[in-house]
Amino acid sequence: MQKLTRGELVRKAEELLDNGEVKHVLGWRAGEFDYDLTPSVFDTKDDIEANFRFDDFCGPNFSKYLVKKTRELEGKILVFLKPCDTYSFNELLTEHRFDREKVYVVGIECSGMADIFKIKEIAGEGISKIEPDGEYLSVASLYDDEPVKIKASDVLEERCINCKSKKHVVYDELLGEEGEEQDSGRFEEVEKLEKMTSEERFGFWKKELSRCIRCNACRDVCPACTCEKCVFDNPDSGTQNKSPATTFEEQNFHIIRAYHVAGRCTDCGECSRVCPQRIPLHLLNRKFIKDIDSFYGDYQAGQEAGQRNPLIDYTQNDIDPSEIFGGAK
Amino acid sequence: MIYSCEISHLDDLFKEISSFEKLYLPVDENESLSSRYEVYSEGKKMSDRLNTVRSPKDFFFPQTENLMAFKTEGKKIDIIDVRQENEDFAVFGVRACDARAFKVLDNVFLKDVPDSYYADRRAHGTIISLACSRPVETCFCHTFDIDPTEPDGDVKSWKTEEKLYLEPVTEKGNKFIEKLLSVSDILKEEGTETPADVAKQKEQTKKIIKKLPLYSLSKEKFGAGKTEEYFNSPEWDKLSESCLGCGTCTFVCPTCQCYDIKDFKTNNGVIRYRCWDSCMYSDFTMMAAGQPRHHQKERFRQRFMHKLVYYPTDYDGLFSCVGCGRCLQKCPIHMNIAKVMKTLTPVSDGGDK
Repeated sequence: MQKLTRGELVRKAEELLDNGEVKHVLGWRAGEFDYDLTPSVFDTKDDIEANFRFDDFCGPNFSKYLVKKTRELEGKILVFLKPCDTYSFNELLTEHRFDREKVYVVGIECSGMADIFKIKEIAGEGISKIEPDGEYLSVASLYDDEPVKIKASDVLEERCINCKSKKHVVYDELLGEEGEEQDSGRFEEVEKLEKMTSEERFGFWKKELSRCIRCNACRDVCPACTCEKCVFDNPDSGTQNKSPATTFEEQNFHIIRAYHVAGRCTDCGECSRVCPQRIPLHLLNRKFIKDIDSFYGDYQAGQEAGQRNPLIDYTQNDIDPSEIFGGAK
Repeated sequence: MIYSCEISHLDDLFKEISSFEKLYLPVDENESLSSRYEVYSEGKKMSDRLNTVRSPKDFFFPQTENLMAFKTEGKKIDIIDVRQENEDFAVFGVRACDARAFKVLDNVFLKDVPDSYYADRRAHGTIISLACSRPVETCFCHTFDIDPTEPDGDVKSWKTEEKLYLEPVTEKGNKFIEKLLSVSDILKEEGTETPADVAKQKEQTKKIIKKLPLYSLSKEKFGAGKTEEYFNSPEWDKLSESCLGCGTCTFVCPTCQCYDIKDFKTNNGVIRYRCWDSCMYSDFTMMAAGQPRHHQKERFRQRFMHKLVYYPTDYDGLFSCVGCGRCLQKCPIHMNIAKVMKTLTPVSDGGDK
């Protein structure tokens, strides 16, 4: 469960609204259940008191919302960013997607977010209440009198199990403790895929991507996908834009997306979080990240605002294609 | 007449069904911690999960289908009917919400100008519904007067600890049972009275429904002719503020029925296909002058007004939400029809115009 409390976030939001530093607060709005929070703008203390939430279900990364919200809203916006979200924030600044002056960033300590579908696997379907209880989540069901105690660390989202950093790379103010970059096992799954034969690997992806329903949620949530008009929404692009009309088309969409965000993807993991079919899309992006690291030296997108990613930054020491693919220099 | 088979013989029953027609069965899908429909083959086990991610709508109105092909030779154009499916099939384990969804789809695809593609599949497909015994927190079919213990369908079924009970209710359902009886060693006549264990299960399920978090969710303020009550509600702004404009809700919905038609060129002609479309998409109903709904708010409003007002207006008050709860589970930002219904205030009840 989170070390930082809802109360600390609420007090900070109210203080900044009171002293006029910000006009709006971007936060997580309470839902019907204990796990279905919605990203939302809060303008008043009453609304914050009644509906603002902070707990293990605050997965959504707000960075991308700033592109729209800074244009729509008058006055400064307070945004709460978890460490991983701050990388997306910097990357969007690098791409000049919003005005930094219109945002007040409060970095928040994060202990990892819970995956509701993993909770349901353990507690069963039909959840009536989820309450934090020390290192556990107490999960009550419509069917059992006694709540089930689940260790929060057993139901973490994949991206949190493999958390890359507990350090905020940008903030105006920090709540809770600052952490460190993590030695995570996030490339282990990629290594497993690399060890497969190309037939096995193609089989793996064919199977995973065959579940795609082409809802575009991965694209629409992705902080690196902020084109005003996506090529896949362009009827003249020649792609069958709303449906996996052929298996080629369905694979094509994901491969093109992965290529388009290569070098800019911070590995925030939103694509896999929102996929209704739980396709491990982050693995495509991680393969690119791993390759960039090995070809150009360790590089983390979003580490600093304004940095140039190796794929768009030519240096004379750049790796020669022959070193990767063989052949003449 | 109600028929039954012992639970221990369930696999044999599926085998018997698949001996005379293709049987689709919900099976566990571990990769996605959910379930999906698959063609039955020996060894496949029916999933105990409540609902598949993709609804049984897909069998009758698939996400993509080729409608026809055109072949040109000089000035001659041949129009080719590309339909190949003409075999009977059965879909087992359709829950009450999804079973009711066919009433919604039939109104659109079978009335006025029938859609022959959908009609073909409806004629060939038998729906074997399965009563719910373990509704979950996202369920609200009761809001739309659906009784999950008495589902629609060609054949209704109930699964208790001991037995699976089957009751044919339509002509197609009766024919299906006749075919099954002609090959079955295990299906027995049970009588016309509700079996005791089914009655007990129904009672338990109804108790759970009263405990559901959405038990009090009401449709009464919505329905036919209520467009003016909600169209300009200021609440749409807040409700739609973080909608990503993705198509998840639409594509997991058992009643969404919008589609787009396109042609694509092949080496020796053109194939015309259709695919699901989503009113949440920026290019939905794109015309020469652009898309009529300029902002996500208007697209969002369209989806919910269609479910709660426009559809009931067109089809005798029938709502086109069946309370299956898929969108509640799958929306990336957890905004959904239950929240919309709770939030909107009609103008006549003090809501702003």
